[in-house]
Amino acid sequence: MNVPAAWYLVLAAILFGIGGFGFLTRRSALIMFMCVELMLNAVNLTFVTFARTLGDIGGQATVFFVMVVAAAEVTVGLGIVVAVFRRRTSTSVDELSELKG
Amino acid sequence: MIAVSYAWPSILVFAAAALLVVVGALGVIGYKNPVHSALSLIMTLFGVAVAFVAQQADFLAAVQIIVYAGAIVVLFLFVIMFLGVDHKQHVDVEPLIGQRPLAAIGVVLTVGGLIALMAESHWVTGVKSVVTSGTSLQSGTANVHQLGTAVFTTYLFAFEATAALLVIAVVGAVLLARRERSPHEAAASDEVDA
Amino acid sequence: MAHVTTLLLLLPLLGFAFVLLNGKNMNESQIGYVATGVVGLSFVASVVTFVLLLHRSDRQVTVHLFNWIDVGTLHVPAAMLVDPLSITMCLFVTGISTLIHLYSISYMHGEKDYKKFFLYLNLFVFSMLTLVLANNLVFTFVGWEGVGVCSYWLVSYYFDRDSASSAGKKAFIYNRVGDVGLLLAMFLLFSRTGTLNYLGVFQKAGSLSPTVATLVVLALLLAATGKSAQIPLFNWLPDAMEGPTPVSALIHAATMVTAGVYLLVRMSPVLALSSSGRLTIAIIGGVTAFVAATIATSQKDIKKVLAFSTVSQIGYMVLAVGVGAYAAAIFLMVSHAFFKALLFLGSGSVIHSLNGEQDLRKMGALQRFLPLTFPTFLIGWLTISGIPPFAGFWSKGDVLTNVFAHDKPLWVLGVVTAILTAYYMSRLFVLTFRGTERFREVTHGHDPHESAWLMTLPLVVLAVLSVLGGVLDLPWIHHNSLAGFLSSTFGYVAPIGAQSTLSQWGLAIVDVAAALVGLAAAFSIWRSRSEDERLTPPFLEHVWYWDDFYDATIGRPLERVAHFSDTVVEEEVIDGAVMGIAGGIHRSAEGVRKIQSGFVRHYALAMALGIAVIVVYLVARAG
Repeated sequence: MNVPAAWYLVLAAILFGIGGFGFLTRRSALIMFMCVELMLNAVNLTFVTFARTLGDIGGQATVFFVMVVAAAEVTVGLGIVVAVFRRRTSTSVDELSELKG
Repeated sequence: MIAVSYAWPSILVFAAAALLVVVGALGVIGYKNPVHSALSLIMTLFGVAVAFVAQQADFLAAVQIIVYAGAIVVLFLFVIMFLGVDHKQHVDVEPLIGQRPLAAIGVVLTVGGLIALMAESHWVTGVKSVVTSGTSLQSGTANVHQLGTAVFTTYLFAFEATAALLVIAVVGAVLLARRERSPHEAAASDEVDA
Repeated sequence: MAHVTTLLLLLPLLGFAFVLLNGKNMNESQIGYVATGVVGLSFVASVVTFVLLLHRSDRQVTVHLFNWIDVGTLHVPAAMLVDPLSITMCLFVTGISTLIHLYSISYMHGEKDYKKFFLYLNLFVFSMLTLVLANNLVFTFVGWEGVGVCSYWLVSYYFDRDSASSAGKKAFIYNRVGDVGLLLAMFLLFSRTGTLNYLGVFQKAGSLSPTVATLVVLALLLAATGKSAQIPLFNWLPDAMEGPTPVSALIHAATMVTAGVYLLVRMSPVLALSSSGRLTIAIIGGVTAFVAATIATSQKDIKKVLAFSTVSQIGYMVLAVGVGAYAAAIFLMVSHAFFKALLFLGSGSVIHSLNGEQDLRKMGALQRFLPLTFPTFLIGWLTISGIPPFAGFWSKGDVLTNVFAHDKPLWVLGVVTAILTAYYMSRLFVLTFRGTERFREVTHGHDPHESAWLMTLPLVVLAVLSVLGGVLDLPWIHHNSLAGFLSSTFGYVAPIGAQSTLSQWGLAIVDVAAALVGLAAAFSIWRSRSEDERLTPPFLEHVWYWDDFYDATIGRPLERVAHFSDTVVEEEVIDGAVMGIAGGIHRSAEGVRKIQSGFVRHYALAMALGIAVIVVYLVARAG
């Protein structure tokens, strides 16, 4: 008997929460990105858990695609980070506030 | 009280995975040095891979390590080094007022709510994917085989789309990271080519 | 007959339209003669209508022009009621208007707005005829307002003079205050009787309760005081003397100011229902006559004396109406039209000869220079003073006799007023034509000259009418004269017949004595001086400070209210509210704008909190 799915789901939720808190709290663009990865992983874990519970391979297929997209996203995202912060000394996103009202 | 009807190896595995995930996550958000955060991220990803294996998602566990931990985190490290921010960042002072408390409240509410919702519906959504047979998890066949069949038949369109997405992402990344060449350099390179 | 009457009414309007459209192609004489011509033809039409009416047994003809208002139960036609009362009014209105039009051709010679004058004068005659010929209150009201507007235009004829335009406004506004009374009366009558036609109202008059009847009568009285310059709305008339003298003669002596009396007389069946209303009318008339006479004694402007004299004489008419002597009131109205127009036109002639001077102190001894103006004016003077056998003696005597029969105190007031009338008119006469020459400086040493025939002819005609006018209603031939003619309208016969011959002779002697006393007093005092402070006290000269009283009680407070509205209400309240709303929106927008901080993490936080809210909601709903 495997561990009940509930435990993994709670674990995923906690991981999602930690990732979310980190995203809202850290100022560095790169750290924020990593927190986004944490959240994505939490979601992946949830999908896989449900794939096991429901006996549906579709859950795992979804995770497959999420990973692909996450990779593409990181590529482009870090490209943007490089382009924006190339000439600055710090990577603080608080400096990018020219679009204020 | 943990129910003793579960096999203790799976409990052990779960505990290990959980430990790696949570500690790693806390490390990502806690370390001042981005390099340390990246390394904590690897730990988390590894823990997630363990969880994947425990859930019979072997292929995904492998992909997780290869792609996520292997490529993405390395990419992060490249950028950290490139931008030269591999030193301590200031995290003690929060310039935006109320950000931390409000973030904490928001996150706690969300997570708690999600858990409550899942608990209330007995941990299953009851939703299967749209396409019926052919996607059910079969215990006999290898996981790679099943996943491959599903991706290349049922989800073929999504597969092709993500392939196109990857190409676009690569082109975009190259374009974004280009350095502006000054006219002097442009003229020089033209001369060299001609 | 219908056609003649329609012509009667419309000719002046045609004259107005013709001059309006063609005026710039016409020279002065053409305009003048066209305008006079249409009114003259209107007079002829009146005479024809009168003769036709006499030959009928039922002296009441309705001439329907067109359907005007037809709403629910309200039917107001544009129609004329030709009966003895209205034809009498038409006759003297058109007759005197013709004479005054003729006079004006010469008097207004050289004025820069010659055309405008005759336009308004024609329009005025049309409005006045509408007023007297209408067969319902609403159509009368059209004429009522029409004469008010023409009066306003003509009084402020010299509009670049501040005093003239103010006088015009004053006249119009006082009239409007009175109009409220007419409107109230109309509303009351319509609500109680369901109709506004005179004949319809008179039929149903019996159904009016005494209270309503009294209210209607008082409302009509208010309208009459406005139009006919009685207390409390009389002080516009002296100011209206700012208009050219023919205007003063026509509008403010002979016609418009009699409209109020006409209205009351026309509504006599309703007046018959309210004794308290009639008493109020009589008191107002009597008191006004007296007060105006006192004021007239102290005026230094020739036209102002005549203006207050008009107020006083109309007071007599109103007094007569109040005691129910309607025929006497009309008789006085007609004869007053003759001699007052005569006096005004005569004064115009005097003013003309002295290059526009109107101050009595700068006149005197004009007798030998104005060989036609002098005798006609003399006749006018004797008439108004009540000297027999001129028209004034008969008409005023008629009124006073009727008053004596009903109300002794008011009769005493009337007699005192008669003394004062003789006094102030004699003062006027003496200061103008007798005494010493005081005018040399205004004529620059030249002799004053008599006026042109166009001006003196009307004077002569009016003088003749003043001499013979008594014939209209001599006391011993009432049934065959004006009173008899009018009796079919009023259903009354004047109570003169009921009084003993002795009392009639007694009253006549009292009248003559009063006139002679006033006359003698004035002659002895004013023959030798032109100014006397004690006899022209400021209180009387300044109209019993009536204008100042209104100014203080109504004028200034309203000005303060207006100022308050302008500064406080307009600027602070209204502007403040509007700008305040705008400012408030602006300020709230400024506040809301701060949400767009530009910080990514703020936006992320907002999203996170939003998600938290949704999750909590889902939990709460599921739970």
